[in-house]
Amino acid sequence: MSAHAAHAQGHHRNYVKIWAMLVVLLVISVLGPMTGIRVIMLITAFGVALVKAYLVAKNFMHLDLEKPIIHFALGLALVFMVLLYAGVAPDVQKSAGQNWKKDAGFHHLPPQPEHEMLHPEELETKTPAEREAAREQHRDATAH
Amino acid sequence: MKTIATTRSAMGIATGKLAVWWVLVSEIVIFGGVLVSYIMHRLGHPEWAEQAAHTHMWLGAFNTFVLLTSSLSAVLAHQAAEQGNGRKAANLLYLTCLGALTFLGVKSFEWTNEIKEGFTIQAGGFWSYYYTAAGLHAFHVFAGALVMLWVASSAKKNENLHRVENVGIYWHFVDIVWIFLFPLLYIAK
Repeated sequence: MSAHAAHAQGHHRNYVKIWAMLVVLLVISVLGPMTGIRVIMLITAFGVALVKAYLVAKNFMHLDLEKPIIHFALGLALVFMVLLYAGVAPDVQKSAGQNWKKDAGFHHLPPQPEHEMLHPEELETKTPAEREAAREQHRDATAH
Repeated sequence: MKTIATTRSAMGIATGKLAVWWVLVSEIVIFGGVLVSYIMHRLGHPEWAEQAAHTHMWLGAFNTFVLLTSSLSAVLAHQAAEQGNGRKAANLLYLTCLGALTFLGVKSFEWTNEIKEGFTIQAGGFWSYYYTAAGLHAFHVFAGALVMLWVASSAKKNENLHRVENVGIYWHFVDIVWIFLFPLLYIAK
């Protein structure tokens, strides 16, 4: 599509009608939580947000008339966003890991009794299971 | 004399417009990082729902309406600029700035009340994200309004009308960011 034809197509849009649709969607997203049903709230809040963003990007930003390189660049940024989530989310959303446990506060490493502390070199070389076994040995040795 | 952005293009796109799109790509990384880290922490901390319950949904909804309306005036300004009507484009950009001012006014009112109630940025994990994400967004609204005033001042004289579209693209992006912030901070409780 030539730039002229693209501009001409852009001007035939009824922007006020699109704005009215966006306002109706806003009302739906506000009314959704009032039903008290979690699934409906999620759909009306986040599903409707996606539709609103699509309408603004397509009709107000005229993204559908832009060249493929713009779509590629924006898509790449979104891929990085998903990669960030996929890479970090397991650590953030898990309740415990190798050397930490999540309390009611935040990621918290509870202080260990001194006799259960391992030498730093042992920490580097041992697997989590081996570390736990070594701690058990420490406990047994100090108990008897 | 015209600026180089109107006389030179790269990949068939005017350089000024291309630059705006590149800014938005970097903005996606900035806001995307904030939003996805909020989502993952929110899912990992169900107790944040109690803190989120104190945000004012109706004020958030009103601000969403204000930004959607300002996006309409921004795209109508672009349409007027394409038709060569610089004065109309400038007036519509001033109207968009009024939307930005209203948005920031409501935000100030909202934050003042929340801080008075003790919900400061240090009041909890949720509030840290709330003030960071909404504050970063409000800064973009403020910056966008300043640029828009500058663009409107030249558009009024029928000069550099291509900038009306460029600033509009940026403004719609700011609108889209708020479209996602609104359910995340005000509805999901």
